Amino acid sequence: MSTALVDYTREEEVIAGRTTASEIDAVVSAPLDRFPSRLWWIAFSVTGTMLGIGVVSITITVLFGLGTWGINEPVSWGFDIVNFVFWVGIGHAGTLISAILFLLRQRWRNGIARFAEAMTIFAVMCASIFPLLHTGRPWLPMYLTPYPNQHGLWVNFTSPLLWDVFAVSTYLTVSAVFWYLGLVPDFATLRDRTVKPVKKVIYSILSLGWRHSNRHWHHFERAYLILAGFATPLVLSVHTIVSFDFAVSVIPGWHTTIFPPYFVAGAVFSGFAMVQNSLILVRQYFTLKHLITLDTLEKMNKVMILTGSMVGYAYATEFFIAWYSGSQFESFVFINRALGPYAWAYWIMISCNVVFPQLFWFKKIRRSIPAMFVIGLFVNVGMWFERFVIIVTSLSRDFLPTSWGHYVPSLIDVGILIGSFGLFFTLILLFVRVAPVISLAEIKSVVPGAQPHHHS
Amino acid sequence: MGNPLHSITALFASPDALVHAVQETVKAGYTRYDVHSPYPIHGIGHSMRLRTSPLGYFALAFGLLGAFGSVGLMTWITLVDYPLVIGGKPFWSWPAFVPVAFELTVLSASVLTVVTLIVFYLKFPNNSHPLHDTPYMKRVSSDGFGISIQSDDPAFDEASVRAHLARVAGTDIAAVYYDPEMIDHGQKLFDPRFIGLLIGVALVVSGGTYIALNKVAFMEPFNWMMEQGKLKAQAPSTFFADGSGMRTPVPGTVARGFLPYAFAGKPAEAENNLANPLAPTAEVLARGRTQYLTFCSPCHGNFGRGDSRLRGQFPNPPTLLSDKVQNWPDGSIYHVITNGQNIMPSYSGQIGRDDRWAIVHYVRALERAQSAKESDLK
Repeated sequence: MSTALVDYTREEEVIAGRTTASEIDAVVSAPLDRFPSRLWWIAFSVTGTMLGIGVVSITITVLFGLGTWGINEPVSWGFDIVNFVFWVGIGHAGTLISAILFLLRQRWRNGIARFAEAMTIFAVMCASIFPLLHTGRPWLPMYLTPYPNQHGLWVNFTSPLLWDVFAVSTYLTVSAVFWYLGLVPDFATLRDRTVKPVKKVIYSILSLGWRHSNRHWHHFERAYLILAGFATPLVLSVHTIVSFDFAVSVIPGWHTTIFPPYFVAGAVFSGFAMVQNSLILVRQYFTLKHLITLDTLEKMNKVMILTGSMVGYAYATEFFIAWYSGSQFESFVFINRALGPYAWAYWIMISCNVVFPQLFWFKKIRRSIPAMFVIGLFVNVGMWFERFVIIVTSLSRDFLPTSWGHYVPSLIDVGILIGSFGLFFTLILLFVRVAPVISLAEIKSVVPGAQPHHHS
Repeated sequence: MGNPLHSITALFASPDALVHAVQETVKAGYTRYDVHSPYPIHGIGHSMRLRTSPLGYFALAFGLLGAFGSVGLMTWITLVDYPLVIGGKPFWSWPAFVPVAFELTVLSASVLTVVTLIVFYLKFPNNSHPLHDTPYMKRVSSDGFGISIQSDDPAFDEASVRAHLARVAGTDIAAVYYDPEMIDHGQKLFDPRFIGLLIGVALVVSGGTYIALNKVAFMEPFNWMMEQGKLKAQAPSTFFADGSGMRTPVPGTVARGFLPYAFAGKPAEAENNLANPLAPTAEVLARGRTQYLTFCSPCHGNFGRGDSRLRGQFPNPPTLLSDKVQNWPDGSIYHVITNGQNIMPSYSGQIGRDDRWAIVHYVRALERAQSAKESDLK
């Protein structure tokens, strides 16, 4: 048996085959210049319809109040908070790819970072709908912020819900700034490519007059590094603070110190599944298979098996601690999760998050587009159900059996969930038409031969 | 072309050729040159002898600003402006401030660093640079690697620059001219139009914020929460025949812990039938003093002398130190407080039964204190 020697001192190429910078420009900017295809219009009408369902549901909620939702005592956090945590989690993969993998010098991220960052922004936008509606009076959002008002009152700085406001709004702002900063050179490239005067004006404004000067790149790279350095602890803090919404309370099943790392791992897990699913469609549709390669997708699947296993380990730890704590309520909550009225949701969560991703140990499955797409889909379903299980089972049966209840979402709840998916995919469909889905500058810098040879 | 020369540009075949050309250009003594490439070239900053970008120091300063600013704001709010006990914790619960302080540190450091980068280091937005729209820019924007040597370089001489660029294997050597009319070298921050724009933006933003916070939030349909299908006390209602939302109790209803006053309008009977149920202990006198100072003193004076604080806006009542009042039994004083007398209204609504008796004790104490006898001194 012969063992093939692998030279690990040489970095693998990120891009398949031979390509040139001008070819990259042509293929990436092609969707921006041509009229949308029939497939795009079909997809757009589907997501637009979903968005419409969401708009109708939100209008009904605003007109008639939260009584149109399924929430009531004792389950006062239902679909709204489940969806909020789910969407914020989806966003985390984008920052992980764009910032953390940048700091770790993972060059394969260059092809997918732009798209993942866009997903972050859209996902956080979807997420912010839910707590805003949950306040009951979404037209008074200023009460969430500390501003000098006529009541002389301030916000409660000791409340995790207030921390959430700061965490999510900071996350959205910094992600958007990070995204835009990366887009500036690409807008300049598009400005110099386009022949249409209106587009030229728009791209000129957006590019700020970028000239690809290396005196500018010099500062630009430093600023990008600084932003990546700030975005890294930021992304970890966001889901940590979201988990504080639960962990700081005294509800059994919530009041645990494992929540912050467990939530962050789960967020990255679900986010990678969403990025992987979307990228499979994008690379197929826009023929970007040589820029977003199978190797890149395989690496994403490896991240998913890592984070999926962390999540599975956290599930096991929770059970162990519930038993080890000797707390009757804590033990009951976990037995109730697995065997109680919401056991079906619990087992969907376990099979989708812990069992199916283990198939990624097989290289064949890891590199099979249909298989990874289906597993990614399962992971998204499973992670949604994880939040459902955490929130609904703990609230529906906490301390006093006389105060137990059962939660059933209303049609309006389901409508807003569908609407949030509609908003997310509508924004993605619009994004792929107005901005390059792959960072031109970043992908060109990892084309074979793009960097000078080491000079002494 | 009559326009002045901005620079001479040249393109290079590869990043390696570009690095070599940059090194030669530096060696040749040119300082006002720039290197253009569609993506940052590793190590070219070293060849160009650029100093490390100082943006890190700005990020540190802006981060500290956010950290101290947010902690300072929270400290001022919770200690000075509106101290409020929350969950039995100290006013200054610093562990709870960590998340907000962290987020605002990151926010101010990230956003302000990028603003500094764009405004002060890149000097953007600037869409009127001579290199814009040149064939050279269109190449380096996509796949070209180029150098431009500017005409304001001290060592600039068109022929020798062209020769230099050709010698280091530059191709597409071209001159870039500019129209002095089109290039605005003025400080754009102080341009009146820019300042006007800023003022306009400030007016629109502050006006919009004012209208949103103070008007829109209280307009239909956002004030629907104010309109509820319930009746409030004192509010009119069309539901009841008398047009009032408030209901009076059924006749004869007696509230818990309350007995109707049996001697209303009958001072003689009150005088004969009522006796003070409280003993004049120090506690009762203190209670009577509080009640007296609250309810009686505005008209009767702090010491019962009839010296009203109302400065003649209301007829002064007689003194409580007169022989008439001194000789009254306790029941008569109680009766006057409960029932009212002349223009003094009944105080039974404001002062509870035991408090009225405590006031009687306190009035007795006032009388005794201000009509001391010789014998008291012994």
